[in-house]
Amino acid sequence: MAKKEMIAMLLAGGQGSRLGALTQKIAKPAVMFGGKYRIIDFPLSNCVNSGIDTVGVLTQYEPLLLTTHIGIGIPWDLDLNLSQGGIRVLSPFMSDGNTGEWYSGTANAIYQNIRYIDSYNPDYVLILSGDHVYKMDYSEMLKYHKEKNAVASVAVIEVPYEEASQFGILNTDENLKIVEFEEKPKEPKSNLASMGIYIFSWKELRAALIEDKNVHQDSDFGKHILPYLLENGSPLFAYPFRSYWRDIGTIEAYWQANMGLSYIMPEFNLYDVHWSIYTNSDNLAPQYISPTANLAHALISKGCTIEGDVQNSIISPNVKVEQGCVIKDSIIMQGTTIKSGAHLYRCIVSENSVIGENVTIGEGDNIPNYHKPHVYNSGISIIGSETNVPSGVWIGKNCEVAGNTQHHHYEHNALQSGGSLIIEGGLK
Amino acid sequence: MRAIGIILAGSKKDGLGVLASHRNNAAMPIGGAYKVIDFTLTNMSESGIKSVAVISQYNTRSLSDHISSSKWWNFGRKNSGIFLFTPDMLNADSFSFKGTADAIYQNLHFLKKSTEPYVVVTPADHVLRIDYRDVIQYHIDQQADISVVYQEYHNADLSNYGVMELDENRRLLNFEEKPLEPQSNNISLGIYVFERKLLIALLEEIANDGRYSIVDDIIIRYRKRLKIYGYKFNGYWKTLKNIKALYETNMDFLNPQIKYEIFEEKSYVYTKAKDDPPVKYSRECSVRNSILNGGDIINGNVENSVLSRKVFVGEGAYIRNSVIMEGCTIGRDAIVENAILDKNVLVSSGQRVIGALDDIKVIGKDHIV
Repeated sequence: MAKKEMIAMLLAGGQGSRLGALTQKIAKPAVMFGGKYRIIDFPLSNCVNSGIDTVGVLTQYEPLLLTTHIGIGIPWDLDLNLSQGGIRVLSPFMSDGNTGEWYSGTANAIYQNIRYIDSYNPDYVLILSGDHVYKMDYSEMLKYHKEKNAVASVAVIEVPYEEASQFGILNTDENLKIVEFEEKPKEPKSNLASMGIYIFSWKELRAALIEDKNVHQDSDFGKHILPYLLENGSPLFAYPFRSYWRDIGTIEAYWQANMGLSYIMPEFNLYDVHWSIYTNSDNLAPQYISPTANLAHALISKGCTIEGDVQNSIISPNVKVEQGCVIKDSIIMQGTTIKSGAHLYRCIVSENSVIGENVTIGEGDNIPNYHKPHVYNSGISIIGSETNVPSGVWIGKNCEVAGNTQHHHYEHNALQSGGSLIIEGGLK
Repeated sequence: MRAIGIILAGSKKDGLGVLASHRNNAAMPIGGAYKVIDFTLTNMSESGIKSVAVISQYNTRSLSDHISSSKWWNFGRKNSGIFLFTPDMLNADSFSFKGTADAIYQNLHFLKKSTEPYVVVTPADHVLRIDYRDVIQYHIDQQADISVVYQEYHNADLSNYGVMELDENRRLLNFEEKPLEPQSNNISLGIYVFERKLLIALLEEIANDGRYSIVDDIIIRYRKRLKIYGYKFNGYWKTLKNIKALYETNMDFLNPQIKYEIFEEKSYVYTKAKDDPPVKYSRECSVRNSILNGGDIINGNVENSVLSRKVFVGEGAYIRNSVIMEGCTIGRDAIVENAILDKNVLVSSGQRVIGALDDIKVIGKDHIV
């Protein structure tokens, strides 16, 4: 195998449980974003645009759609011959003598793939998370890492002080050398939040992973590896990043970040020709807007047929919106059909679902979800993937619905605000 | 039923005016996201044809750019591929192709080194969805030497087509190119099925006689000696022989039935992947009965039109009954009506480009209005 200066390891095994029904059957990195994309497209495109051609993707939670999407890496030109690198999907595995385990932490997942990394004999390893939306030139970060003679460089972004206690905060000296880590500090001393993007010198990281494996079974970069290196006196530096970056942590954050793309002058510009975001651009039918359609402030993707009203919404590929529909402040994902007369307000419908005729979603009082108030509390209702919502049903706010639901599943044809209705199985 | 494909992308048609001045007809943009050869390449791929020769001699740059990565049509495999053949200057005689048969004859090695028993020969500049396996099966059932795909064409001027007279078993009796007094309503679509070995023999035979045309020197000349049958195709078919046809074909795609037949029923139509973001519609836009494509930003009004990728429509602009190709910018309050804009045309703010339905206005590539 050819030696690589730097390879990327992309952590894509997380569930993202705060996205509720959106990640019921789909790993968070595979959740659609911005119409035609999936979240993992952003770090993968960044890799390719930064000249990184060897990427290991670590999967664990619900990997089917994710691995299907990645395939052999064609959209990102990562379908390379073996010796040239390319993309590898790295799942947890069993070893001889019935040993082996799930990935129990971010660093543990890398530890378990030391053989993969060693095979490229890299000088540096870039650790990425599969659930952030941003554009970043990692080659600039590597340059910085070398200039600073760092063992680890951690990309940081300035966050408002009042929000800093939700992040991993780095305290640095005036040269941006890291002096302290604080995970979600109550009284933050700095507002430099870790973005979960690290460059390590591989030799030192390798030793630290092996060392820490004996101490922490669930070895984690933020909690264990970086503090360990710091204690050892290794030079760690913060790499300040001053551009758009979003951690799509919650449903509200997901919704806001999507909507942000549709503004006239968006903070995050998809229409940038110098830093393209690549995804599976399937050959679908042309996008057709019918004589009965009404569009205002919307992003609409390939293969869609729009016959109704779409306002302030994001529509993924191959969505059908029939006559008389009103879709407002909503996100509709790939392959979903909204039948005639349906009214959708502030809701997110996941992939390949069917919303029946004259269904209403998102009306009523803003009551947090009874079962998962920490997930559903901003008024947004979620319809899961491969979900059927039968005709005429009324669904309130902060609701979650998934599976092949039928009329008898609903009380008086309605699901009141804050309700959950999850049926095993789904449309296929 | 294995077959190879030959796409004749060589013809130069003056009917397309400035649109054809810098590109081969086969690379004519259509339907917003496609070049017309995509329909034939998709048909070949979906019919299980693995090896396709594209033979061309005019303005091949944009064509070769388009097909150079054959993977989009699922051709770039160990046992498959798209091969672009252009004239070689081996000797004065082979400087260019003298006719359809000569174009294949000069690339006879492609036929000779193949092992598939059948050959499908087709033009590139038409829109249809056909399964060539059906034609080959018909060819086998009829024990035909050559099968010619035809369509019954009514209430239309046939003097621009090859007209076929068939007997009750659909065997070819007569074939007349661009007849003054057509004897039937059956027009040839220029799609032929041959047995590969027979085609090689025929091409060598007529080349010896200094003959170069499939229609004149094989179909018409051999119609009695060979069993030539017509295969009737009933689906949508349109050939881009002039501006009017190009315009009408684009407008046909706004018809849901035709759109379904062409783009969805058999399969999607494959083309080179573009990484365009979704279409962005502003709060003030109004869009009716139109096809739009990735990277478009729509702030104005669009009606009965086909917009290709990366088109920008400014506030208050009107686009009606028009075909707008890639990268055009329509400024604020500009009006474009009954027009075709080639790539990268800029219509400045407040300007008007207005044609008539029977006289479509065409603006050439990179023009500034």
